[in-house]
Amino acid sequence: MNLKPETYQRIDEVITHYPVKRSATLPLLHLIQEDAGYISEESLLWIATKLELEPINVLEVVTFYPMFRRAPIGRRHIKVCRTLSCALLGGYKTCETFQAEFKTSLGATSPCGEVTVDFVECLASCGTAPVVLIDEVLHEKVDATKARQISAQIRAEAAAR
Amino acid sequence: MPAPAQTRVIFKHIDEPGYTNDLACYVRHGGYEVLKKSLPRPPADLIEEVKKSGLRGRGGAGFPCGFKWSLVDRKSGKPIYLIVNADESEPGTFKDRYIMHQDPHQLIEGTILSCFANNVKQAYIYIRGEMPEGARILEKAIAEARAANFVGPNILGSGYSCEIFVHRGAGAYICGEETGLIESLEGKRANPRIKPPYFPAVLGLYQCPTIVNNVETLCHVKHICDLGGEAYAKTGTPGNTGTRIFCVSGHVQRPGYYEFPAGTITMGQLLNEICGGPLPGRTFKAVIPGGSSAKVLRFGERYKGKRKVGADMVDYDWGVEDVPMDFDSLAMIGSMGGSGGVIVMDDSVNMVEALANINAFYQHESCGQCTPCREGSLWMKKISSRMVHGQARKEDAALLKSVADQIPGRTICAFGEACSWPTQSFLIKFKDEFETYAEVKKTLPADRLALV
Repeated sequence: MNLKPETYQRIDEVITHYPVKRSATLPLLHLIQEDAGYISEESLLWIATKLELEPINVLEVVTFYPMFRRAPIGRRHIKVCRTLSCALLGGYKTCETFQAEFKTSLGATSPCGEVTVDFVECLASCGTAPVVLIDEVLHEKVDATKARQISAQIRAEAAAR
Repeated sequence: MPAPAQTRVIFKHIDEPGYTNDLACYVRHGGYEVLKKSLPRPPADLIEEVKKSGLRGRGGAGFPCGFKWSLVDRKSGKPIYLIVNADESEPGTFKDRYIMHQDPHQLIEGTILSCFANNVKQAYIYIRGEMPEGARILEKAIAEARAANFVGPNILGSGYSCEIFVHRGAGAYICGEETGLIESLEGKRANPRIKPPYFPAVLGLYQCPTIVNNVETLCHVKHICDLGGEAYAKTGTPGNTGTRIFCVSGHVQRPGYYEFPAGTITMGQLLNEICGGPLPGRTFKAVIPGGSSAKVLRFGERYKGKRKVGADMVDYDWGVEDVPMDFDSLAMIGSMGGSGGVIVMDDSVNMVEALANINAFYQHESCGQCTPCREGSLWMKKISSRMVHGQARKEDAALLKSVADQIPGRTICAFGEACSWPTQSFLIKFKDEFETYAEVKKTLPADRLALV
């Protein structure tokens, strides 16, 4: 596995938080996914060895929790809240707008490789619906107009890179 | 009757200009003073204060906090763990987010006080995976508190030591269920455990006695330790003490979070006066009072019966607007106060489509270990989605109801109830809309707002 030295350090540190190594499964998956972008077969086996578990113990966790993925996605991850309070104020429209802006479909990566658009369930910010989590930043009251502005911003950032 | 004024205790500093989430700011506002004055007290005194306060858990069930603590097995010789349930994920609920992002030290102080009261040496904050920023803020706050000796070994020279670690979830709603959360913290799938025997107070994390409390509940503990249980209980109403935070979302003019003495405000005051009423040209149609699993209330229906006021039994005859927003009144009219998440729907909403949205949520979030819930939530989603996107039939109403009726009471955890209550209540309160949906659908504009 080709991770940053800092990631390996954080992995060793986080294991010390628990009296039982297995508890570090979720933290390790998060750290590796943040670094590598997804959970590969190799990292799955590596975690199992590191925590003295059977590989199935790690795989069953990866498949249970929606945030972990087994394949790479776009550079930016746009997660639109699908649940009731956001839907009541246009969440579906917001999601469609992002898909149209990047010429992609739900769950797929845009042809430019820049973004993946997904629906997710309640993001716990219902009072400022509709909300969208882009990578680690929450955007509030994202109607179609604001979705287009954010899309333009993402494209501008990609062009500047 | 005009609505009472907000009493901000837990949310005192939320959105306050100039208030930052660092330790220096918290200390400037009197932070950790309660910890300082409480550490010399016997821990049992603090448990007694919490019992006297009448504090009820703010996560959704409204279980008395002091009683929960008294159930902890203290004779086993095993370590006792405390887990902060920061997996806020009941749709419509968004209060803990603001506490963690804007006032994390309030949570840390409440957590350390609760740990001290219960002789806990290790606490975990289980925060939703979707709040990465919140997790970073909490980690930074814990590091600051540790550097100032409010957390860690020999806190303020008292001889008492306690560590707090942040543990991130990964997008599964079921982790809000306390035994599912414990499984998840152990590094497994979050399949809830069967009770008995796995009551967390006896066989929790690593099979040790464990206390699981909601973020807001632990913040209340700080104020109880400050004021004393009896003084705290003077706020609110008997049986519903302290303040309550309501999270209002959906079709109102001013959605947001509002904190009131518990039991002092009615649904009508909250929605019409505080939240500014319906959107222009609209009228209220339905409201879900305590997170999306709470049973829906229909504007225009009446609730009648007898209730206890002091020592007397009195008749009540309420419309939705008259219902006091406390745990007991909402339970009395067949719904629940739950997590305080109030979702409002106006007359633009078709109830079949709203239910289809809710059903898709519960189907996605069922952990899958109990057949009635796994299959039932799936079929409720399939039927309601088909009604919206495909062919709808008159008999779908009865079919949906029959699936929902076969789930509750037949599952390991309360998710079975949570996923069936929306369908059951929508079908009872809006049966006509489900039976006539096939016809009505033809008249609905094709470009209407999609809910599913």
